[in-house]
Amino acid sequence: MSEVRLEDIIKPENKVYSKTDLLTDTVMHYCPGCGHGTAHRIVAEVIEELGAQNNTVGIAPVGCSVLAYNYFNIDVQQAAHGRAPALATAVKRLMPDRLVFTYQGDGDLAAIGTGETIHACNRGENITIIFINNGIYGMTGGQMAPTTLPNMKSSTSPFGRDVEMMGNPLKITELLAQLPGTAYVTRQAVHTPAHVRRTKKAIRKAFDLQAKGAGTTFVEIVSNCNSGWKMTPVDANKWMEENMFPYYPLGDIKIPAE
Amino acid sequence: MAIKGAIVVDIEYCKGCGVCVGACPQEVIRLSKKVNGKGYNFAEMQNDACVGCSNCAVVCPDGVITVYRLKV
Ligand SMILES: Cc1ncc(C[n+]2csc(CCOP(=O)(O)OP(=O)(O)O)c2C)c(N)n1
Ligand code: SF4
Ligand code: SF4
Ligand code: SF4
Repeated sequence: MSEVRLEDIIKPENKVYSKTDLLTDTVMHYCPGCGHGTAHRIVAEVIEELGAQNNTVGIAPVGCSVLAYNYFNIDVQQAAHGRAPALATAVKRLMPDRLVFTYQGDGDLAAIGTGETIHACNRGENITIIFINNGIYGMTGGQMAPTTLPNMKSSTSPFGRDVEMMGNPLKITELLAQLPGTAYVTRQAVHTPAHVRRTKKAIRKAFDLQAKGAGTTFVEIVSNCNSGWKMTPVDANKWMEENMFPYYPLGDIKIPAE
Repeated sequence: MAIKGAIVVDIEYCKGCGVCVGACPQEVIRLSKKVNGKGYNFAEMQNDACVGCSNCAVVCPDGVITVYRLKV
C-alpha cells in the first residue's frame, strides 16, 4: 500500500478529525498531558454538536481552569472561588433558555464551594456541573484537597494523607446523588480514547436533560494533575487508573427514570 | 478496499506529553528527537501504518492532531 503518498491522504476532503472551532486558537496554559485540555475540548464539541454556541453560558472556577474563558469560544463568566453553582443559578434563572454549565476542580467544588454545590444540587437548579477531580489543589502547588486519597502525598501531607488526622476523602459525587434535586450523576474519565468518547456521551446526556428541565446534572471527570502528583503525564494516567479509580469508581451513579 | 490514514501534528502547539503515543493501536506515533520552539519533543509519525482512527487526536489534551483518512 506504500504507493499511496502522504500528499494523497492529507487533503481537506479526507479530514476526519480536527480541533473544534468552538475552542479558540489560544495556547492552553495547562501542563503537558493535563486532562483539563481534553475535558474542555469534549465540552466544546458537544456544544458545537448542539449548535448552541450562541446560547451557552459557561461558568469558570478558581483553580487551574480559571482562564477557561480564554479557550471556549462562547460566553463565559468566572466566579469567586467555589461560587460557580450560585452564579450559574442566577444566570439560568435570569435566562432560562440558555444552556448553563459550571466547570470546577475538586478544591473549588468540594472544599471552599461545598455549600454552594450541595445547595444548588438540592434545589435542583437546572444547570450542568462538570467536576474535574484530580485529588489535589493543582493551581496553588499541589496541596491536599478533600478528595486526596488516603496515604497520598501532597505538599501539605508530605508523609501521605493520614485519615485519622485529616479525615477521609470526600465522595461528594455519591453524596450529591442522594439529593432529590439531581437528575443525572455520573463519574467518567478522559485519559484514553474510549473514556473520552464515553464522557462526551455523558456530557451530551447532561445537556439534553438540562434542555428538558430535568434538574441538576452532574458529570465528574476523574483526571490527573501530573505536576502536583510529580509524575510524567503517562505515569500519572497509569497511577490514576491504579489508585484513583478503585476509590472513585467510574460509571453512572444516578440516572433518570425513563 | 484498504484504509490509509495520516496525522498532522501542529508542532508548535504540541507539548510532547506522550499521551497520544500509547493511544495509537498501530504504533504510528513517537516523540521526535527534535524539539519545538518551546523545547518540547513533539509527536510525529514513525511509519505509514496509520488507519485514521482518530484515537490519538481524541486524547490529545491540546487538540493539536488533525486526522485524515482515505479509502484506497
Ligand atoms: C477565596 C480564595 N481562597 C483561596 C484561593 C487560593 N486558591 C486558588 S486555586 C485553589 C485550589 C484549586 O484547586 P482545584 O479546585 O482542585 O483545581 P485545580 O487547580 O486542581 O484544577 C485555591 C485554594 C483563592 N484564589 N481564593
Ligand atoms: S497543575 Fe495540575 S491541574 Fe493544573 S494544569 Fe498542571 S497538571 Fe493540570
Ligand atoms: S497528545 Fe498532543 S500534546 Fe501530547 S504529545 Fe501527543 S500531540 Fe503532543
Ligand atoms: S489516527 Fe489512529 S492509527 Fe493514525 S496515528 Fe492516530 S491513533 Fe494511530
